[in-house]
Formats: sequence, C-alpha cells, structure tokens
Amino acid sequence: MTSAGINSLLSFAICGCCLFVIPLAISGVTLVNTGLGRSRSAAHAMTCSLCVLGVAALAYFVCGLAVQGYPSHLDFLGGLDRGMLGRPHIFFLGVNESLQLLAAAFATLSVALASVIVLGAAADRWRIIAACASTAAFAGWAYPSFARLAQSWFLAQLGTRFGMGSGFLDAGGSGFINVTGGLTALAIAWLLGPRRGKYSSNGMPAAIPAHNAVFVLFGCMLAWVGWLGLNSAGAILYAGSPPERSVLVVINTTFCAAAAGLTAAAVTRIRFRRPDASLIANGWMAGLVASSAGCATLKPATAILTGLVGGGLVVFSVEFFEFSLKVDDPCGSISVHAVCGIWGLLAVGIFSGIPGQLMAQIVGIATLLGFIFPMTYGLNWLLNHIIPYRVSADGERQGLDLHELGADAYPEFVVHADEFMQR
Amino acid sequence: MFNKLLIMKLGGFLLLLSGWSIVVAALALLHGNAVSIFVLSGVAVEILGLILVARAHLPVGEGQR
Repeated sequence: MTSAGINSLLSFAICGCCLFVIPLAISGVTLVNTGLGRSRSAAHAMTCSLCVLGVAALAYFVCGLAVQGYPSHLDFLGGLDRGMLGRPHIFFLGVNESLQLLAAAFATLSVALASVIVLGAAADRWRIIAACASTAAFAGWAYPSFARLAQSWFLAQLGTRFGMGSGFLDAGGSGFINVTGGLTALAIAWLLGPRRGKYSSNGMPAAIPAHNAVFVLFGCMLAWVGWLGLNSAGAILYAGSPPERSVLVVINTTFCAAAAGLTAAAVTRIRFRRPDASLIANGWMAGLVASSAGCATLKPATAILTGLVGGGLVVFSVEFFEFSLKVDDPCGSISVHAVCGIWGLLAVGIFSGIPGQLMAQIVGIATLLGFIFPMTYGLNWLLNHIIPYRVSADGERQGLDLHELGADAYPEFVVHADEFMQR
Repeated sequence: MFNKLLIMKLGGFLLLLSGWSIVVAALALLHGNAVSIFVLSGVAVEILGLILVARAHLPVGEGQR
C-alpha cells in the first residue's frame, strides 16, 4: 500500500473513532444548560434536549444534507474522487459510499450540537413543542445553508477565486456550529423576553442562581472530550488536514480551553473577589468554542493566546448582555457560542500568518451576521406566531417540570421561595 | 411606540442584509484593495444594523434614556 493510501485509511479511521466521542460534547452542553437552569425546570431541560436532538437528526435526514451537500475537501480517501461523491438528495437518498456516510454522520452530530446550544438562552420559559418546531427549521434549513456556503460555496473559494488566504477557515465549527447556534439563541432570547422576575421595574437584573454547579462543571469536562473528537474529525473533513495533525488539534484544543478557563477564573477573582463557578465553566466552554476554527492551523502558543482572550471576553460579554442589552441568557449561550465563536474565527485570521486570511474570516463573519442571523430571526418570528414560544405566566411560576411534564425532577426536595427575585 | 420599535427592528434587519449585500457585491465586482475597503464598509453597516436591532429589543423605557 502506498503512503497516500495509508494516510487516507488513517484519516478515515480517526474520523470514524471521533464520531463515537462527539456525542459527549452534546451531553456536556446539555448538562451545562440543565445545571445553569432552575431546579423546577431541570427535567424539562433534559427532556427538551432529547426531543431537540431527535428533531435535529430527523430534519437533517429529511432535507438538511440535501441543502448542505458535501465539503469540498472530502476527497482524502484514495479511491474516491469528487465525481463519486455525487450530489446528495433528500432522505439521504444516494448516500451509500462509506465516505458519504462519514460526512453525513459527522454533519448530523454537528447539527445536533448546534441545536442544543440554542436551548441555553431559552431555559425556563420555552415550550417543548415550540423548541422542536424551531429546531426543525434550524436543522433543516438555517444550519445547512451556512455550512454549504462555508464548506463548498463562495466562502470556501475565497482563497482560490479572490486571493484571500486559504479561504474561510473553520475546521471544527466555531462558525457553522457555534455561531449559527449562538445567533439563533440570541434571536430566540429576544423573541421570548426575560424570565419572570429577572428584571425589576427600574431595569436592574436579579441574579437567578444555577441549581446544580456540579452538573455544570462535569458538563464542561464531558464537552472537552467531545470537542477533541469534533475538532479532530472537523480538521480532516473540513480543512483537509493530514491525519498526523490530529495530535496538534488535541494539543491546541486543550491549551485553548485551559487558558480560557483560567482567565475566566482570574477575571472573576479580581472583579468579584471570588472565582465564580458558572463563569469559569463558561470560560472553559468559550475556550473550546474559540479553539475550533483554528485547531489545525494555529500553533500551541497562539492557541493559548486565543484562549486567554476568549476567557476574558466571555465574562465581560455575559455582563454586557445581561446589564446593558437586558437579554436574559441563563446559560451564557450567546456569549460563549456566538461571541467567542466569532473571536475564534477572527483569531485564525490574526494568528495564522497567512496573507489575506483575516479578510476571508471577516467575510465569513459578515455572512453569519448579515445573512444567517436575519434568516434565523425571521424563521423564529414566523414560527412564534404559529406556535407561541413562551409558556404561560402560571406555568413559569409553577416550573416547567410540573407545567409541561407533570412531574418534578427532584420530587423529594423542598422547593423554596424566589427570595432572590426583585419584586 | 409599538410601531416605532417595529420600524427600528425592520430597519436594523434591512441594514444587516444591506451590509452583507455590500460584502458580496464587493467580492463580485471589485479587485485589489477596493475589495477590502468595501468588505469593511459592509461589516460597519452590519454593526449599525445590530445596534438598531438591539435597541429595538430593549424593554420599553430603557431605549429612551
């Protein structure tokens, strides 16, 4: 067997193994979302995540892959060429070759992760049926639209056709997973409005505490493992990296998350005199998100720098959204995934050292803000008029577990009053 | 007040779309340094749109201060 053949087989094997750990990233984000929400909506948050995962996978199966197509780098397996990849159809029709299945499986898991991100900003007030409808639109249309632009259409061709570096680089999905999910989260947080009692009549926010910090921090650790798989497979499938670079991907991802988590700890220690567990968790997640775009391109030192900026940025961003924009984002999803995802995309342009790369990344970010965000806001605005998104005031007071599911997550716990709420 | 907020939202989203159109048009029609200048101009228009949308979503009364 030739060395090219061995490389191709190794790439396929690494991608295949990574597929088995990517669900840990989804589980991690789900645990973070559940832990940062309220105890009276904990079962609802987990149930909603499972429903959303199911809807995302099926919506992607029905039309998502047909919209997205295959990435232009997907030709690493020796025997296959672009012609054999063919054109995907609805219901995965024509997806028979192992390479096609690999790309389809990776994209299905990616869209599931992006869909779960959205739930964080809508915690404690979004109806399950509305979340499912919104996810169907997101996974079937909004996510695949950007993924297609980034992986095979004009953003991927910015390097070859417009002389902008290597084209839009987003190996692990800072943009097509995290920023699309984060911007959709912002659209839904705006449409839903803040939780009852979050803001007083003079506009001051109340700190509604996370109900389980252990869930949140364990979720971060699970997400770390999942992200290693996500970035490694993404680097091979979407950035055309050779298999030996997977080690660099693992190093960059870990260093970036570590630097971001520690920066968030230091910033919160300086600002609030104590390190804040939920913001440290957000910092860790922000590092993972920021690492994705450049995981195969950056050097370890620049990955650490990316993490340092990301970890500080997320703390200030959470405060900015809560205090200045009055956006109630219980899990910090918008700051972690949208803001730090955009930072991750910019970091590739700044630190990669490729001439013209920064401009390519800016064009990609402009597409996310100017095309994907209005589209996803418009879709959700329309759906909100057909299926009202928000639970009733009574349901919110009662807690979504009892209101929507009929049973509490912790039936033996004493539910205390909302003493932290401003009246 | 409701109409004013609605117009602000619509205007903001129109600015977002316009900014992206400027970016795409710059790529399709221009060459050299002009592309970078127009791409950055498009992004600036998008940022204006985002600010408008964000202000339109502030609770009533907050935007007036």
